[in-house]
Amino acid sequence: MMHKANPEPEYRKRLGYSAALLGGFAMLAGAALTLGHVQTRDDIAARLTEDRQASLSQVIPAALHDNDLLQAPLALALDGTESKTVFRATHDGQVSAVAFEMIGQGYGGAVVVLLGLDRDGKVLGARVIAHNETPGLGDKIEVKKDRWITTLEGHSLAELGHDGWQVKKDGGQFDQFTGATITPRAVITAVRNGLDLFEAHKTELLAADTE
Amino acid sequence: MSTDYKRIVRDGLWDNNVVFAQMLALCPLLAVTGTATNGLGMGLATTAVMVVSGMVIALFRSMVTPEVRIPVFVLLIAAIVTLVDMMMNAWLHELYKVLGLFIPLIVTNCAILGRAESFASKNPVMASAADGLFMGLGFTLGLVVLGAVREVIGSGTLFANAALLLGEPFHFMELTLLPGYDGFLLMILPPGGFLVLGFLLAGKRLLDARRSRIVAQPEPSPEAAAAAAAG
Repeated sequence: MMHKANPEPEYRKRLGYSAALLGGFAMLAGAALTLGHVQTRDDIAARLTEDRQASLSQVIPAALHDNDLLQAPLALALDGTESKTVFRATHDGQVSAVAFEMIGQGYGGAVVVLLGLDRDGKVLGARVIAHNETPGLGDKIEVKKDRWITTLEGHSLAELGHDGWQVKKDGGQFDQFTGATITPRAVITAVRNGLDLFEAHKTELLAADTE
Repeated sequence: MSTDYKRIVRDGLWDNNVVFAQMLALCPLLAVTGTATNGLGMGLATTAVMVVSGMVIALFRSMVTPEVRIPVFVLLIAAIVTLVDMMMNAWLHELYKVLGLFIPLIVTNCAILGRAESFASKNPVMASAADGLFMGLGFTLGLVVLGAVREVIGSGTLFANAALLLGEPFHFMELTLLPGYDGFLLMILPPGGFLVLGFLLAGKRLLDARRSRIVAQPEPSPEAAAAAAAG
């Protein structure tokens, strides 16, 4: 039971007091959040950059480039008004590899694949960086859970063709998972579309910038 | 009104445990306890929020009118969780990525609002801090036990990725208890969590019933004890 030292003062019963109180706490919370934001925003931005560097280094080997992959991404203009961000790895001024994200439709929604290709359109590496697939079944597309996605490395569109770049169930070359076909199919489709994209825009992607 | 700290500790950890007695916060509980480490991480973040929110609300308790107390509590708790979220993103980034969406969801954890309303708004700052701490630890206990059971039966490991949460020296905690185990998918999904929680709740009831039976057993009177000893 609440213990009242003295009867509640009149002013506290007024609506204005409660409203002002709520407003006061809102300002206090706002100030605390602003302070927190200012103190952490640089560190958060640094973490984000580190994450992207880590992702990119998984799909483009360090030996292939001497530039900072995040430095000057290319905004590739696609048909219509869309554009795609492409990271380019250069060595001695020549483009040695490119990396970009492709999206496939998985069982639980979009599967985002980061794809790294060399000059000849060969897959250097692919990593699933976001997905909503079933744990224990579809999440084997994550490299931490299973080495499946590394089986894509070294292959290209020239080598396998569109027919080869499918899951085995669809007549292609890549394993699917027991009990989960849609998920690996989404990843293979995303990578295949990425290979097509590379072929379609090859000249622009590999053009060396003169800085 | 002096604070009964022993009561606070016992209530928080067992008698009024957030998960096993009050049965609050079941949604984040079931979603996060696929592994023991995730449960531990979530529990520690929630404990931090409960301590800070308990103290802040206790600090302002005499100012807040009954009419606006709920909006004020929610506002303060949401601000604290947002600050914890920003700080984890900046300084505990790996754990932040593991816990992901569940850090902002701490705001919806009804246990925090529940303790604010039933304890922190009526008790001094230090007592509220203690209550927040032990309620949070009790919640963490529930999370870790549930996570451990689900992880062992579901994946055969225990405390996988402990090094991500606690740092490199804790690598030794990561155990693979059943090597080559294919896993029991049901345990990793929420229905399995419900089932395990049910068994744990039953287990706690059994333990409590046994304890109260032992306590209720009448003590033999001194004459009877002397007669038994002599005869």
